[in-house]
Amino acid sequence: MKKERDQQAKEFLKKLSEYHGVSGYERSIAPLVIQEFQVSADEVRTDRFENIYAHKKGKKGRYKIMLAAHMDEIGLMVKKIDPRGFLRFSAVGGVDQRTLLSQEVTIHGRQSILGVIGSMPPHLVREEGNKAVKIEDMGIDVGLPYEEIQKLIRVGDIITLKRSPIELLGGLIAGKSLDDRAGVVVMQICLQELHKLHHDHDVIAVTTTQEEVGLRGALTSAYTINPDLAIAIDVTHAATPDTKDQVSVELGKGPAVAIGPNIHPQIFDRLTEAAQNVRIPVQIEPIAGMSGTDAWAIQVSQAGVPTGLLSIPLRYMHTSVETLDMQDVVNSGILLAHFIASLPEDLEGYICY
Amino acid sequence: MSNVQNSLDYSLLERLTQTYAPSGIERAVAEQISEIIRPYCDSLTQDKMGNLIAIRKGSGNGKKIMVAAHMDEIGVMITHIDKNGFLRFTPVGGVHITELPHRRVRFSNGRIGVISQEKLDKPADLKLSKLYIDIGAADQDEAEGMVQIGDSAVFTGEFVWAGSRIISKALDDRIGCFVAIEALKRVQTEHEIAFAFTVQEEVGLRGAQTAAFALEPDVALAVDVTLTGDTPKAHPMDVKLGSGVAIKVFDRSMITPPQVKQWMAETAEKERISYQWEVLEAGGTDSGAIHLTKGGIPAGVLSIPTRFVHSPSEMIDTKDVEAAVELLVALLEGPIPF
Amino acid sequence: MLLKTLSELQGTSGAEKKVRDLLQEEITPYVDSLAVDKIGNLIAVKKGAKNSPKVLLTAHMDEVALMVTEITPDGFLKFRPVGGIDPRILVSKPVKVSGINGVIGSKAIHLQKTQERQQALKLDQLYIDIGANSKEEAERYIKLGDYAYFVTGFEALGQAFFKGKAFDDRVGCYVIVETLKKRFDNLNLVAAFTVQEEVGLRGSKVAAYHTQPDFALNIEGTISADMAHIEEEEWVTELGKGPALSIQDQTTLYNPLLIKQVVDLAKQNKIPLQFRRGTSGNNDAGKIHSSRTGIPTLSINVPCRYIHSPASMVRQDDIQNTIQLVEEILRAIPDHFIF
Repeated sequence: MKKERDQQAKEFLKKLSEYHGVSGYERSIAPLVIQEFQVSADEVRTDRFENIYAHKKGKKGRYKIMLAAHMDEIGLMVKKIDPRGFLRFSAVGGVDQRTLLSQEVTIHGRQSILGVIGSMPPHLVREEGNKAVKIEDMGIDVGLPYEEIQKLIRVGDIITLKRSPIELLGGLIAGKSLDDRAGVVVMQICLQELHKLHHDHDVIAVTTTQEEVGLRGALTSAYTINPDLAIAIDVTHAATPDTKDQVSVELGKGPAVAIGPNIHPQIFDRLTEAAQNVRIPVQIEPIAGMSGTDAWAIQVSQAGVPTGLLSIPLRYMHTSVETLDMQDVVNSGILLAHFIASLPEDLEGYICY
Repeated sequence: MSNVQNSLDYSLLERLTQTYAPSGIERAVAEQISEIIRPYCDSLTQDKMGNLIAIRKGSGNGKKIMVAAHMDEIGVMITHIDKNGFLRFTPVGGVHITELPHRRVRFSNGRIGVISQEKLDKPADLKLSKLYIDIGAADQDEAEGMVQIGDSAVFTGEFVWAGSRIISKALDDRIGCFVAIEALKRVQTEHEIAFAFTVQEEVGLRGAQTAAFALEPDVALAVDVTLTGDTPKAHPMDVKLGSGVAIKVFDRSMITPPQVKQWMAETAEKERISYQWEVLEAGGTDSGAIHLTKGGIPAGVLSIPTRFVHSPSEMIDTKDVEAAVELLVALLEGPIPF
Repeated sequence: MLLKTLSELQGTSGAEKKVRDLLQEEITPYVDSLAVDKIGNLIAVKKGAKNSPKVLLTAHMDEVALMVTEITPDGFLKFRPVGGIDPRILVSKPVKVSGINGVIGSKAIHLQKTQERQQALKLDQLYIDIGANSKEEAERYIKLGDYAYFVTGFEALGQAFFKGKAFDDRVGCYVIVETLKKRFDNLNLVAAFTVQEEVGLRGSKVAAYHTQPDFALNIEGTISADMAHIEEEEWVTELGKGPALSIQDQTTLYNPLLIKQVVDLAKQNKIPLQFRRGTSGNNDAGKIHSSRTGIPTLSINVPCRYIHSPASMVRQDDIQNTIQLVEEILRAIPDHFIF
């Protein structure tokens, strides 16, 4: 039973990882998300901003709990086609130019086209070998003549990195776009767990868009729902040998529960209590200001929304080999479900300052 | 060829560009626009921020479309007047500090000043605190008789023709206002249209934000300038002067929804209007604020390719302007497929 | 003395409870209703005659502080600033963390190389020492996410100065409390003591949205650089020259027609007034004036030297003049003041 759940979660994440959905162009991944949530939610709908809402009704239904995880990924965009047939491109979201050289990419033109981001052979690299190559100096080679390219590719077409997820030792998974498709899987697990639990309040799991370019889907969906309480689910940096003194969260030690101005103190307390009750390890993540997640936009929507943030530890964020521990993902979903089930009937009184 | 080519009133554009309207003090441009468009709209109001809102009622079967163009321009604001009558200032909007020495500025009362600099050890030392404005005053008293702390000034830059091209200050975004006005004069449609001539775009899309909140349209179109990549060793960009109106795909403030892109391009193709795609890596415009209003509003941008943006010598091509007017009219008159 | 109490209370962004509780107690006798909204803003209403204009007064309760982000194996606390703090001011200061004393130490001068002495210490190099010998011992007193505060005592200093921490913006809170004690029959006065200004004008965004005023007046403790080595044109504000009226900052362009009316009012009532003559920084007005369909907003500032540091200074007469100017504006609103 448990094993089946974990296996399903892994398969869902791997599928999500391989699908494409750059900020603003999430329509290509939406059918997969909708199909999966139709199984666990009472109703699934979308809005003009391409946000997807999976609504699971509660026993009382007086209050609305919003969950938010974003489905968009960072990517590239064609900005110029040079006469020799190379595509010049621009970044959509926070792309690290140092990770791009020699990557295989897919250009989403009138059809999907394979390309390679070219690099100079080491034999020809001269004095500037210690400098990172700038994104504006890179070109994508699609192996087609200019005339042919013009029929297939236009300025403004989206480009994504080609990468299938990889399983590492110890239940780790590496791949692209685990930020924040892992959060989408967490919401799915949460809704499934809630079928086994009693919960008073309506839960609306929102798969948000355009987070990577400024929390835009969270802003509009929070306005639309106007929830009474919200939890954002995102990824957070996990420690690696080169992040000493910067990062203290670790992979495999459980979801990170955020604390700080972006977080309602009662929500932090109850998340950590719920974790104790179901014996799920958690890590505390202090955030002194802007959390940079959907929670930041949601908290100040309309007349204010008490907000929490649950994060999945992840290494190598915004690269095509983002790495996480599946156990952290599953635990996050279970924790979230128990947190929701534990909320009192009088939510308003509970969250008042 | 273009049916609007001969009928566009470029003397109006000249008047608009030469009018004083730094962010926050857009009144003079608002008054000019009001005078011209009053006969063409069903209601004309100004909101609390100063946005000028012109409504054209629809037939009841159409959608509500917002068209936004900003009235404000960049400038400087006085922060200090010294004993000798020299002024210190701060930029209003995206002003390139290093380009300022010996530019002229004009205050609302017509007073002209020239920006100059303290002695610099090396050119790289140039920064805001080294610059001052000389308005020809002999001392502080005389200066204070003409300008006060908090007063704003705009850059001067006359309106001149260069073949089919125009060079002037403040084409950003009087050209957008001009395109909107010309479209408003021509358009016949069943949609309700709200033309918002917005304020404070240059300091953060502020007017568009409150206007969109009040109007709550089904779809919005902004008209603004964009950069080009067709000058010597320019930053790579596909937009060229004279190659048609640019349809925005991406900038820092917005990613145009695919269905809006498609609607705009298909309309242009159907009407045989020349257009180009715009991927802008810096900056944003009113649609950026509008599309995030309330639960989200689908929005697009018609851009006028413009060289030397934010300088006193911005340059546009009238072919692009005509294409923009035609496309805007066609979009407002046709069905909206989403 | 209320300003002393306010200044010495601990309350950073998201943790304003102590300040809120005190303000609540202080103003209860003078207002018709009190509520805390969903993000923690304290909202007080003082009703006027029917159909009177609704005027919002705002000041933020939060101050800058440090957040404990890591406890090292040997019991030292690593931290991040809440709000904008120059790391160079932190070295060699005492702090209070969750009721425990701590110091921000640094390597002794004897152990530094000549070159090190020229280099400012970076945030990553700093830590708080609470005297714990191990992580376990530190964890008996401190949790991750706890806040460390400056511990400066409030005192009078020199001729007519006050010294203390957190004048940004407890001085604004103080001005509003004093204002609420007065009667304004033809105004619906709403006071919002806001949260989380220092981390991005968060509380005011929410407060403006749900209070929906006709006009707003934000009261701030603001920057002043009228110091020895700074040229006059860069002072921004000057202590002792009265309240400073904002003309422009990073998030707001203030309406010249509103500004002119305040200038005239100050002149008529012989209240000294200066402009806030710089454009760096921002304040709650940024979120208020652009709320919904737009709200006419002004920002009146009490000049403070050494803001966002353990010890800042204000002038007593500037505070009194600010209180008076706010009163004159409020009295003028029903009949004379146009927005």
